[in-house]
Amino acid sequence: MTRKGRRLALIAAALGVAAVALGLALYALTDSIVFFLSPSEVLAKNLAPGARLRIGGLLLPGSVTRSADEAIDFAITDGKNQIKVSYRGLTPDLFREGQGVVAEGALDAPGHLHADTILAKHDERYMPPEVVEALKKQGRWQEGAKP
Amino acid sequence: MTVEIGHFALILALTLALIQAVVPFVGARRGDPALMGVGAGAALAQFVFVAVAFAALARAHLTSDFSVVNVAENSHSALPAIYKFAGVWGNHEGSMLLWVLILSAFGALAAAFSRGLPARLGADALAAQGLIGAAFLAFILFTSNPFARVWPAPFEGGDLNPVLQDPGLAIHPPLLYFGYVGFSIVFSFAVAALVEGRVDAAWARFARPFALVAWCFLTLGVAMGSYWAYYTLGWGGFWFWDPVENASLMPWLAGTAFVHSAAVMEKRDALKVWTIFLAIVAFSFSLIGTFLVRSGVLTSVHAFASDPRRGVFILAILAFFIAGSLALFAWRAPLLKQGGLFAPISREGALALNNLLLTSACATVLFGTLYPLALEEFSGEKITVGAPFFNMTAGLLMLAACFVAPFGFSLAWKRGDLLGVAQRLAVAIAGGFVVLVALIAIFRGGPILEPIAAGLAAFVMLGALCEVVARVWRSGASFAAALSRARGLPLSFWGGAAAHFGVGVTLLGLAGVGFGAETIATMRIGEAQKVGPYAVVLETVGQRNGPNYRDSVAAMTIRSGGAFAAAIEPARRQFSARQTTTTQAGIATLDFGQVYVSIGDPNADGGVPARLYWKPLVTLIWLGAAVMALGGLLSLADRRLRFGAPALRRARAAATGVEAQPQ
Repeated sequence: MTRKGRRLALIAAALGVAAVALGLALYALTDSIVFFLSPSEVLAKNLAPGARLRIGGLLLPGSVTRSADEAIDFAITDGKNQIKVSYRGLTPDLFREGQGVVAEGALDAPGHLHADTILAKHDERYMPPEVVEALKKQGRWQEGAKP
Repeated sequence: MTVEIGHFALILALTLALIQAVVPFVGARRGDPALMGVGAGAALAQFVFVAVAFAALARAHLTSDFSVVNVAENSHSALPAIYKFAGVWGNHEGSMLLWVLILSAFGALAAAFSRGLPARLGADALAAQGLIGAAFLAFILFTSNPFARVWPAPFEGGDLNPVLQDPGLAIHPPLLYFGYVGFSIVFSFAVAALVEGRVDAAWARFARPFALVAWCFLTLGVAMGSYWAYYTLGWGGFWFWDPVENASLMPWLAGTAFVHSAAVMEKRDALKVWTIFLAIVAFSFSLIGTFLVRSGVLTSVHAFASDPRRGVFILAILAFFIAGSLALFAWRAPLLKQGGLFAPISREGALALNNLLLTSACATVLFGTLYPLALEEFSGEKITVGAPFFNMTAGLLMLAACFVAPFGFSLAWKRGDLLGVAQRLAVAIAGGFVVLVALIAIFRGGPILEPIAAGLAAFVMLGALCEVVARVWRSGASFAAALSRARGLPLSFWGGAAAHFGVGVTLLGLAGVGFGAETIATMRIGEAQKVGPYAVVLETVGQRNGPNYRDSVAAMTIRSGGAFAAAIEPARRQFSARQTTTTQAGIATLDFGQVYVSIGDPNADGGVPARLYWKPLVTLIWLGAAVMALGGLLSLADRRLRFGAPALRRARAAATGVEAQPQ
């Protein structure tokens, strides 16, 4: 193979791999990103059932009902609106009423999320920033105040 | 008093780092050997002073000196001694101090071994290393001082975050930092080569051992982090494509590419500019990782405190070193003499292809990690890029890299024979294919990616073995002849074989987990719950006291076909100091698989909510990483690669009056 041919082969391989990587990335982006919304935004956007998303806010006190087989229903609130969530599985260590919580899953009806992942805080001093944002938007968060 | 000594030692280390950054560089420009010689002494002294500072902080932690803010906020007198010590880096300030300690240790190591180097290259490399040290020492002293006092001193500390109270804390951060920071030396060498405008095979010989050390530690550090997350978080997952995990994966991918391209540079004098570029990229990713983890941009258990000043400071360091080195690269790289080109079908061709695949995988991980941050910054929209994205992009590219690996390992340098290699790998190709078809046939309609990964894993492992057999065994030769041939093979060959085998082992573990089982159930005493081929029985529920916590323990036995297989004790651990509960998973290793049970708080009626997993072959994921690191270690031990080996040989040759043979 000539010098030119070798250089061409190297460049073609580089461009080929880069193109494949870009193609994969673009393809994967179309259906594997998940939006993060507050309960009010979910209701305002009037999303179609089946849409995958993350909802963050506070766990509405008194909304938790546990039934057999570790199924659990609760509501996430941002102070104005709330979204009902159903989930099956163990809840995180810091899943407590009135505390910050993030649920990821698919909407199965307007205002109702079928969650497959629940995230809560790592320790009592920490609040998911998404939740802080969501609460700020509703004017329910004071900087520096203990949640 | 020791605390103030530590603080002062750190200030001295900063001034030494500044001297190290300036004096050898000026010396190299003026050709003054005395000035150039300052670098080595400064590097050694800098290490000593940082070590003194670290020891002072460690002493404050071990003696629970709560007059130090850092200790008061992050330690507790009831902590077991190991966590008092590991707690030194269980917080922002201390972990940065550990980072700088390891940085200066590598600098001292480079200084001690720099005698075999061309004087100017060594001086410039030490200057670059000094500059990195100065930046991070300034960061610690101005924004994250671990030696600040508090008055009046509190009676009791705020305690170490319970999630961190685990032996993993003693192992994972040091391993990872040795890996991250080890690439700083390679980076400094690359910067020095660019300043010199000259790079040759000898450069690769100097840089590669450091890269190998860093790579071994990084491999172990990433694996350790994965295992820690796996057993401590109670979700049964070992990789979440969390930005913090990605931050450690990216330097690993770039470092893996570097180790391979440096081999091409050393053996064939090709891919020189590319190798220099990778050296810059690998450490840049380490810096990006430090920024992502330490600045508070991301929220995770790793983000200890978010002080915006720190984020801006680290961002400035990051921008300076990455933009500066890339600008230097753009300016000086055209001066570097281009290496030879090579045939596409050859070992160097296969290594180049693997480099492309690894760096593309790295690029997609970078994109997936930063895209959500960028999008939020510019449009305010919040998104999560999760596992499906990374599996689809980086996952597939890494599988492709695995597929190329055995071919590259078996191809000859210069001009390879693909057909001959296919024959050589016939057993591996057949083996991989049999595994693929068998798994698809057995689990008809089941997952498709896992059988492919398993088949590929078999191919990679058998491929490494095939190459060993082909090198050792000749038909008709005796066992003793094969053994002596095996002994004659260079250690770097055995290292490569082991590392590739380890990749296959890890891949097999990843594939195996896909065939696992998972159930969620409320367990009652005496009742059995099936998971995979096993039945888990809840025996008793009780309480147990630890040094600074209280466990609610559910004792369970695992049975296989009615016979006792193992006992586990998943628990809920209640820490009194911070009023926090953590999940202690119960894990039993059965063959290479694991039964993994995590429990929730017992219900009022005595039922224990539990999540049960059967994870076949899961331990192979981490065993494979250990095998990879062993491979790196073997390569490192190869005498031909040893630092200064050619200089020694030359000296010996000169002593005996024989002209050294050119390599």
